Amino acid sequence: MMEWFSDNGLLLGLALLDGLSYAALVFMVAVGLNLVFGVLRIVNVAHGSLFAIGAYTAASIGIFFASLGLPAWAGYIALVLSALLVGAVLGPLIERLLLRRIYGHEDVLQLLVTFALFMILEDVQKLIWGVQPIMQDAPMKFLGTVDIPFGEDVIPFTAYQLFVLPGVAVATLAALAWFLRRTLTGRVIVAVTTDKEAATAMGIDAAKIMLLTFSFGAGLAALGGALASPTTSLVPGVGASTIVLSFAVVATAGLGQIEGAALTSLMIGLGRSIAVYFAPEFEVVVPYIIMVAVLLVRPQGLFGVLETRRV
Amino acid sequence: MTEAVTRRTAMLGAAATSGALLFAGGNARAQAKPTELRVGITTFLSGPASVFGVPAKQAAELLFEEINKAGGIGGIPVRAFFVDEAPGTDHLVGEYRRLVQNEGCQIILASISSGSCLACTPLSDEMKKTTLLWDCGTQRIFEEGPHPYAFRTQGYGTPEVLAPLLYLLKHKPDFRTLAVINQDYAWGRDSWELWKAGMDAMKPGVRVVAEMFPRFGATDYSTEVTRLLAARPDVILSTSWGGDLTTLIRQSTERRLFERSLFVMPIAEASLPTLGRTMPAGHIIGARGDHWNNHPSPKDPARLKRLVDSYRAKYNEYPIYPVHHMAQAISAMQAAYAKAIAAKGAGGWPNDLELSNAFRGLTFDTPTSTITLREDGQGLEDQIVGLSSFNDKFPFSVPKDMILFPAAMVSTPVGQKSTDWLKTLKPDFVSQVPAPMAG
Repeated sequence: MMEWFSDNGLLLGLALLDGLSYAALVFMVAVGLNLVFGVLRIVNVAHGSLFAIGAYTAASIGIFFASLGLPAWAGYIALVLSALLVGAVLGPLIERLLLRRIYGHEDVLQLLVTFALFMILEDVQKLIWGVQPIMQDAPMKFLGTVDIPFGEDVIPFTAYQLFVLPGVAVATLAALAWFLRRTLTGRVIVAVTTDKEAATAMGIDAAKIMLLTFSFGAGLAALGGALASPTTSLVPGVGASTIVLSFAVVATAGLGQIEGAALTSLMIGLGRSIAVYFAPEFEVVVPYIIMVAVLLVRPQGLFGVLETRRV
Repeated sequence: MTEAVTRRTAMLGAAATSGALLFAGGNARAQAKPTELRVGITTFLSGPASVFGVPAKQAAELLFEEINKAGGIGGIPVRAFFVDEAPGTDHLVGEYRRLVQNEGCQIILASISSGSCLACTPLSDEMKKTTLLWDCGTQRIFEEGPHPYAFRTQGYGTPEVLAPLLYLLKHKPDFRTLAVINQDYAWGRDSWELWKAGMDAMKPGVRVVAEMFPRFGATDYSTEVTRLLAARPDVILSTSWGGDLTTLIRQSTERRLFERSLFVMPIAEASLPTLGRTMPAGHIIGARGDHWNNHPSPKDPARLKRLVDSYRAKYNEYPIYPVHHMAQAISAMQAAYAKAIAAKGAGGWPNDLELSNAFRGLTFDTPTSTITLREDGQGLEDQIVGLSSFNDKFPFSVPKDMILFPAAMVSTPVGQKSTDWLKTLKPDFVSQVPAPMAG
């Protein structure tokens, strides 16, 4: 065992760095989904579309800023603007016009409606942005690379990957934890998550909280997409590939559990990275192996609470 | 006097009537000239592969418009019926039947995905409907059995992998280590199998330091890039395409991986316009054919220019290889109909069998060369591979030091299986590689 570590310790170190940045991206998407799932009790398949639209919008704004001759750091403003736009415009629209009509309905109906929305939004993306890959990597290039020692060699990492992605994820986690536990609105959200009927009986406007939570979740999904956009190429289907992994995180973390989402994202990110180095054939299935392993032991998820069935 | 009609006579009568109608209908279909030529086209209209499918659809629309302006095919207008491949093969099989039985399509152009083609070719056998495999690359189609109504109007996986391999062996014969990073689906796996068989036969002893097959549609390759940076292979092969390839190239460029290893990317051409000036120079790139925008000596330069200019004018982008593959299929269709109609004589129209026969052994022109459909239905398309470079004419990378690999040289002989044939190649096969093209 020790011999293995001495042979592969350096590689393991690289895998940890990669795993952290990947976990940060996964967390940013999954945490919004988890929040929405916890409060609205809706499996929102269209969450992946919000991620994609956030990414496309950030890239478009970034390209527009570049065409105005603004400096590269303005790309970061584009990322935030994108999340705000999706959270403040698209989120409320979807909640008001669509989701509000299916609260409390059968799971199958909710799945079908959000899947239909996902399909519609996929086509909307194609109509607006076309099918050819779109790239806007100014925010990543702006910070340059950092050389990490690797024996006698060095491995260049982008500073964006090493610092920005994990930094934003940790800040989001801390801000969410503070918001949900230390502010009145946050506590009300937790109350609705825990028991919507009791919260409503206490005079809480659950409809308003649901609107707020969904918009907030949509904004987080868009922020995840915006943060991913400088590192990737945006093509049709980018939302679909993201949503599947997010569901695995939510299921593993437990309903509405922010810290659970963070821990699960970390497990999945590190597990995947280690697999790429030492067992690449398992790279694709590692997140799901982790999910199955956790759910076998804790069916309610890592941080989930068992609920009594209401009759 | 009323004659009693027994069940037996009724059934016999019905059978005879149906047979007569079927016979008459069959004759009518075989001989009557239709009012329009209906062409079913399966392509990706959604999902990640729509980066290929939509340009191909646009090409078909553009070319059909031109054909109809010029009087159609055999004097009748051409009409396309598009079907999205993205929902999967089960859906596509149903759509294929619908195109033939409900829409009355006389010919089908299918498909981009190898899985789609593998699903459609048995249907072409069953329904006796001529099917042009206009883009898919799997070598299995014609190597696993005959398909009398199916024809592939472009090259396929084996020449598209072997040509870049030969180019590498000629360009950098002393490489010792190699890593592969392909998409985790049929093409990614199959192309690696073909490459490995050829490489082990012609340059035994190359050490494969990493075999990675990230999820199809992956949006992040940073872990794979780190591993490749640490492994420092002499050569990195990637047959990936679309958003996957552009992401891999961008993340690799940013982290200087292109400075450490020589990349071989047999399908890079379609991603080059998107990458613009960010594509690093000096790496091996292929185009699934010979249809580069800067082809130094195309067979018909005016026709190539016309296709590129009209496509750019209409869609505001350069044509990529699926556009050329669609154009090739349509050229083949025009040539085969002309041949079949001529064989029928004045006013005649070919039935399904006559149309299919017209395709066998057909030779048709493309803007860059001539393609012949072999006796097994496989098209022989030349391959041009080169090194990524930049010039003043294009805002994106184009190849330099191009080598044209004649199709017959890099295609598996009829009756053999690709992996078996590749294993028989000898190191001196590289000496047959032509010199780079002038220009």
